[in-house]
Amino acid sequence: MLVTDDIRQILKDYSRLPVEVGGLAVDADLYRAGMTSHASVDVMLALEARFDVEFPDRMLKRSSFESIAAIEASLTELLAENV
Amino acid sequence: MADFRSGTPDQVAFLDELLDRRLLIATGVAGVYGRSEAFEAVSVSVAETITRAGSAERPEQLRFPPVLPRRDLETVGYLKSFPHLAGSIFAFDGSEQQAGEQYDRASRHEDWSEFQSMTELVLTPAACYPVYPAIAARGKLPPGGVTVDAGGGLVFRHEPSSDPARMQIFRQREIVRIGEPEAVSAWRDLWRERAVSLLSAIGLDARCDIASDPFFGRSGRMLAASQREQALKFEVVVPIAGPEPTAVASFNYHQEHFASAYGIELADGGCAHTACLGFGLERIALALFRVHGLEVASWPQSTRDELCLGA
Repeated sequence: MLVTDDIRQILKDYSRLPVEVGGLAVDADLYRAGMTSHASVDVMLALEARFDVEFPDRMLKRSSFESIAAIEASLTELLAENV
Repeated sequence: MADFRSGTPDQVAFLDELLDRRLLIATGVAGVYGRSEAFEAVSVSVAETITRAGSAERPEQLRFPPVLPRRDLETVGYLKSFPHLAGSIFAFDGSEQQAGEQYDRASRHEDWSEFQSMTELVLTPAACYPVYPAIAARGKLPPGGVTVDAGGGLVFRHEPSSDPARMQIFRQREIVRIGEPEAVSAWRDLWRERAVSLLSAIGLDARCDIASDPFFGRSGRMLAASQREQALKFEVVVPIAGPEPTAVASFNYHQEHFASAYGIELADGGCAHTACLGFGLERIALALFRVHGLEVASWPQSTRDELCLGA
C-alpha cells in the first residue's frame, strides 16, 4: 500500500482540500470534498514527478483523479506499462 | 515569438477583401487592424443591441481601461492557464547613455529589449478581469448578488494570425454575474438562449456548443477536458470564413475560481460563484459582412432594423 500512502501525501501537499486527507476513504469523491480543477492539475503533475510517469492524453480527464482509488488505478496501469 | 497561425485560404481571402475595401486597415502586424467608419458603426450597433437585450436585469455599468495591474493577472493564475497569450507592459529603465543605445538599436530595428523593465501593468486579457477585484473591495455582496456590465473593452491575446477573426486586440462586450451558485448558473443559461436568438435575428446561423478555453500545455489539456466534462463553458458559433464555424460569444461559469481568489463573499457568508459572458464585437461584425455582403446598405432590412442601422 506504499502507492496509496504516496498518493495521500501528494493530495495533502497539492490538493488544497479543506478536509483531512488521512480521513478520506479510498473511494471518496475528491471533487465533492472540495478539490478544484486547478488543484487536480497540481496533483497530476506531482504524481508524474513522484512516480516518474507521464499521464497520456486519454487519462488527462476528471475521472482519472476523482478518488484515491481512481488515481491508484491510473498509476498501476501506467507503472505496469513502464515495466 | 508566438507561433503564427496561418488562416485557411478562405480566411486569408476574406481578410484581403476586407483590406481592399478598407473596412479594416492594415498596420503591418497580423491581427492588429484599424477599423473603418462602416465597420465601427456595425460593431457599435451590435454592442448596443446586446445592451438592449440585457437591460431588463439593470446591470451596473462599470468601465475599465485596457490595461490591468500585473498583480491581478498573477492573483487569478492567468500565467498558469494562458502563459502563451499574455501581453506584459515593459518600459525603459536606465541611464541617459542606455537611452541613447536603445535609440540607436531601435533606429536600426534591432533588439532593444535589454533596456526595458517590467512595469506594474499588463494588457487586459478579458474584459471581466477588473470587475472581480472591484466588487471584492466593496465587502460582502448585497442579497441576490450583483450583475455588472463591463462594456466593450479592448482585450489582448498574443496569437498573430492571418485569419481576420483571430485578432490580437479586439473588443469584448462583457457582462458579469456574481452571486449564489444557482442564480449565477440560471443567468448564464438565460443568456445562452438569448444570445442565439439575438444572433439569429440579425441573420446569422447561430448555434450553441459546449467549449473549452485554449489552456496551455498538458495541464491545459486536463483543464480543458474538465471544463468540458462539467459543461462550464459554452460558445455560440456562426459561420465566418473557413471550414468550421467561429465562436462569437462565450458563456463561462467560473464556479468559485475568481471569488475565492479575491475573497468575494455572499451576503450570508459563503463563497460566491461567478460567470461572465463575452460577445466578440469584431467577430460578429465580420460574420455580418461575410454573410450579408460588404455593403451595409444592401443588407436585409430585418438585419438593419434589429441593429438600428438606419434605412
